[in-house]
Amino acid sequence: MSRPRADMSGVPDDLCPVATVPSPMLAGDWRAMRPVVARERCVKCAICWLYCPVQCVVEKATWFDIDLAACKGCGICAQECPHRAIRMLEEAGA
Amino acid sequence: MNNMPNNISRIAVCDGNEAAAWGVKLSRPDVVAVYPITPQSSLVEYLSKFIADGELDAELMNVEGEHSVLSALQGACLAGARTYTATSGPGLAFMFEPYVRTPGLRLPMVASLVNRDMLSPQCVWGGQQDVMTVRDAGWIHMFCESAQEVLDTVIMAYRIAEHPEVMLPVNVNHDGNYLSYGVSRVEIPSQPVVDAFLGDKNVNWHAALDPDRPMAVDPLTGGADAEGAARFAAYRQSLCRGMQNALAVITDVHAEWECASGRAFAPLVEEYRLEDAEIALVTIGSMSGAAKDAVDAAREAGIAAGVIRIKTFRPFPVEALARAAGKVRALGVVDRAVSYGWNCGPVCQEVLGALYRTGRAIPVLSFIGGLAGADLTGAHFTRAIEATRQALATPPETLAPAPVWLNAREEGMPR
Repeated sequence: MSRPRADMSGVPDDLCPVATVPSPMLAGDWRAMRPVVARERCVKCAICWLYCPVQCVVEKATWFDIDLAACKGCGICAQECPHRAIRMLEEAGA
Repeated sequence: MNNMPNNISRIAVCDGNEAAAWGVKLSRPDVVAVYPITPQSSLVEYLSKFIADGELDAELMNVEGEHSVLSALQGACLAGARTYTATSGPGLAFMFEPYVRTPGLRLPMVASLVNRDMLSPQCVWGGQQDVMTVRDAGWIHMFCESAQEVLDTVIMAYRIAEHPEVMLPVNVNHDGNYLSYGVSRVEIPSQPVVDAFLGDKNVNWHAALDPDRPMAVDPLTGGADAEGAARFAAYRQSLCRGMQNALAVITDVHAEWECASGRAFAPLVEEYRLEDAEIALVTIGSMSGAAKDAVDAAREAGIAAGVIRIKTFRPFPVEALARAAGKVRALGVVDRAVSYGWNCGPVCQEVLGALYRTGRAIPVLSFIGGLAGADLTGAHFTRAIEATRQALATPPETLAPAPVWLNAREEGMPR
């Protein structure tokens, strides 16, 4: 769902600092730890979805998975998962 | 009532806090966020009553602290609301982070500072250490002498803040105790006069929160690369420009308010009995009345003294101050705050800076008094006049660099 961006033409660009273009930088570019979901252990309780601070948990047919472009690797989902279905693995190289 | 001019709705007998609340009510803010603190509390209680009684149609937000007060008002202002709050001393300190952000976002808020001396030692009484500590945070600062001036300046502050060439928040300062609780006669302007004076509000034409046209407010700016550095510098330059523009806007708004209300106040610097004066006291805020009385008495005794009262402190009225100071041969600057780093009063430090523009090195004495609710009486100002007169015969470079403490311990006082 794309919305029109705020039109700032005609407004001096040195008054209130604003940004109308999203930053191209994604957390996936600098994440140190990567969450990996064990699909057979996931019961879709959605605890990870509730706790994820950047809302990058996505629903699949029989499990919840992680959008790795947006995930910053904080590990909260792995910490909170009551079924220990999420492990944090070190990112290795590019 | 029949003799009442039609630009006045009634004559009230009230203190400065109630006068400020009347000024706010007549300016019709949309959102008021408050947290009570001495000596500001009764001000926001008057406002709460206006809103509860349906006399002021505003959203009153009782939040959990001053940091939240100003954060809530930033959102309200970006959404297009005219906003108001008031605080004092430690409340201002707790507000500091959103306080320094507000001018950078160019949000035209109005907030009263009911000046209170600062910690430590713990104290709850008047003094100007709170405002002097934040004097270069980017807010416009005006200081009032009377309850009437408090009311009128709150109204004028909205015109000044919201002027498109200014777009900066304004603090209307009134001294805790002396003005917050001192009762006097106050003319309440009629609502149509204030409505016509303020006109239509447009506080967020430069950055409006709108879910249909999303934007991020205050993104990371600056950094080591030349482009980021130049962008950051541009915001700073723009803020300085808004400040300098405010000097003319403040002057124009005071002239317009005089036409609308029939009451005249010096916009930047008030000159009192300066013609043919040899020396002048420089004052700020409510102390000025006692200083004028002392000058009247000195004049009767044949001493050519006057008063220079600073109304607008930020932007600092360098030219107006230099013009006034150019009429005399010595100055005594009376402060209700301390510049620890300069071992003098902060107003004195600023006056010394302005005097450089005149190219005249005249004797300047720093007097510090009225701290933590201490009384500044006619006798104190008479002492200041006498000491300043003696400085006339002293080359400036040989003057003692230390301030004169007007309420200092005297011989025989119990410890």
